[in-house]
Amino acid sequence: MKKEERAKKLSRRSFVKLAGGATLAGTALGIAGFPGLAQAVKADDLEKVKAVLVDIPKCIGCESCTVACKVSNNKGFNQKEQAKTAKERGEEPGKGLVSDTWTSITLYEPVIKGNTVRRFVKNQCFHCQHPACASACFAKALQKTPDGPVVYDQYLCVGCRYCMLACPFDIIRYEWEQSIPGISKCQMCVERVEAGETPSCVSVCPQGALRFGDRDELLKEARTRIAAKEDGVSYINHIFGENEAGGTSWLYITDVPFKEMRFRTDVTTKALPSYTEPYMRMTPIIGASWAAILAGIYVVTHRKHGKAQKKNNESDQ
Amino acid sequence: MQEETARGKWGFRFTPVRLVMLGIAVAAIVIVLVRLVVGLGGVTNLNDQWPWGLWIYFDVLLGVALAGGGYSTAFIVHVLKVDKYHSIARSAMLTSLLGYLLVVLGLFIDVGQWFNAWRPFVSWGHHSVLFEVFLCVSLYLIVQFLEFGEIASEKIFKRTHKFFLTSMPILLIIGVMLPTLHQSSLGELFFIMQGKLDPLWLSPIIPICFLLTSFAVGPAMIAIETRLASRPLHHKPDLPVLKGLIKISGGILLIYFVIKMIDLGVRGQFGNMFAGTFASNMFLLEIGAGVLIPILLAFSRAVATNAGQIWFACLTVGGVVLSRFNMMTGLGGYLNASGAHYFPSVMEFIVSIGFVCIACLLYLFIAENFVIVDDHAQGHEVELKEDVGVPAQQVTMDN
Repeated sequence: MKKEERAKKLSRRSFVKLAGGATLAGTALGIAGFPGLAQAVKADDLEKVKAVLVDIPKCIGCESCTVACKVSNNKGFNQKEQAKTAKERGEEPGKGLVSDTWTSITLYEPVIKGNTVRRFVKNQCFHCQHPACASACFAKALQKTPDGPVVYDQYLCVGCRYCMLACPFDIIRYEWEQSIPGISKCQMCVERVEAGETPSCVSVCPQGALRFGDRDELLKEARTRIAAKEDGVSYINHIFGENEAGGTSWLYITDVPFKEMRFRTDVTTKALPSYTEPYMRMTPIIGASWAAILAGIYVVTHRKHGKAQKKNNESDQ
Repeated sequence: MQEETARGKWGFRFTPVRLVMLGIAVAAIVIVLVRLVVGLGGVTNLNDQWPWGLWIYFDVLLGVALAGGGYSTAFIVHVLKVDKYHSIARSAMLTSLLGYLLVVLGLFIDVGQWFNAWRPFVSWGHHSVLFEVFLCVSLYLIVQFLEFGEIASEKIFKRTHKFFLTSMPILLIIGVMLPTLHQSSLGELFFIMQGKLDPLWLSPIIPICFLLTSFAVGPAMIAIETRLASRPLHHKPDLPVLKGLIKISGGILLIYFVIKMIDLGVRGQFGNMFAGTFASNMFLLEIGAGVLIPILLAFSRAVATNAGQIWFACLTVGGVVLSRFNMMTGLGGYLNASGAHYFPSVMEFIVSIGFVCIACLLYLFIAENFVIVDDHAQGHEVELKEDVGVPAQQVTMDN
């Protein structure tokens, strides 16, 4: 009987130890904050990223960029999509972006001060500074490279499509017709950018509507253009992408309200990962503490229970 | 009859209802095979604007929530050691195991590169809420299998029984901790969709809402299950036991309701509740019929009656069903604003229903061949003597 009790006590003690250890380990993990987390959003890295400035009034809708994209990324000619006009695409839910079309041109014809104006918008991934898709990916299949592009690796992808819902600009597409599908989005010609070249869409633009460079330089350039009212164009004092979703690598300036061209103007200016990543940092601590509390309760209730049972047995005898 | 099968023989009766369920299950499996060949586009109505559909909201979100009866019962019976609920612990935990099996199956067919499902174990996307859900759900499934090992080893592989008995305390504690984490994280999943979800639901306390509702729905599910299973398994629902559980559930719902109202008040969303839009009406239905009425029922005298318990259970489960589907409602306004729309295809429905049929058939098979509904531990029978008197009276009164 005594031996048994001692064994019980011992196991109880080791159990409590285990629970305590778990709490400590969890807390340590939490405080360290998963070193990777801090790495992913290093502020000085982000100042050096490359970006593209899109000058909407300069675009004439020639669609050279979309063809260049198809050619350099080996995406086939999609008869059904290519037959559509830019205006038709502008009225579609997906703005003409499908799994084999990473960039598209849409046409909008808003009425400004009594005049109907025609404006072409180039659509593609915005390559956020703090990408929600990469933060949402639980297999690291999406990552922000130091140069700026947010790239996708199908080898790691599970295909859960959480990134598609997390994306603040609804840009990511899925290969619905494939038996082994991946997601699909602009990679900002990551190899070309790494080699110091411009993305292929930028390289073919005949109007100078697309300009590639360092993000901070391009922001300055955008402000200069807005102030100068170049070529009699009166720009709106707003660089879309400067602060949207915490800042993006694709920046847009225009003379027509962004809302008229289906830009998501109500998007938060906070980096989206900052909504959920603190929660994830807390989780190990909460989990370990909760396990320790449960273990404590377990020990107490079962000790009481054991005593009650003993009493019962004694009174029965 | 129960005695006989539990003590050795194997058996499974095929009734007409079970044959129908088997038929639907086979149809579902055929559709799954077709889906593996032609991709999601050929079977589902999912599209680039609606990347998540019925399989995620029904099989995964709702499946995990409704399987919450397992961890809430494990917590009440095994951790808090409230012995009077011991008789339902096994069936509740078995249902939970099968529920999670369903969830994992549902996820498996919904993801594109299913053969990569193991990938996050080595490629840690630890910043993603989904990573935590993935880790906790898969570990919890393993833990539940081990917990079931205690029951299974009474009949097969008897030599392992002692091992399972001694490891139960650790398993139980991990088995309560993991669901606490992933039940709440399933809600937090939506928090990154800032500006997309209707503000009635998109709140920093979304994880707490998911956790509390999943805990509260446990007793309601048990109340329904025991009634559904009572006929085929010849087992009467134990009204006083269920009454106690329902009161706990009602208390949790009350806390949930108060927190929810404070949250809406703090975020200035009270007015939006009565905006008269589709989303706001769905919200009112969810909170009114699925939370408020069950609270009133749980603390009224109706809770002791069969009818009262059935009403409570159905309304609470309905409320949780709505609360998970309303993630779809809350997103729908945003997703459809671009002109997109989604309604599940017939094949999506068949697969979802077929999976539920598979789980039901498995439950019946296990309940008829292992000791699930009868209290097994002799030690407990002695203690329970006092309580046993009450249901006996109840039964005679009912008759």
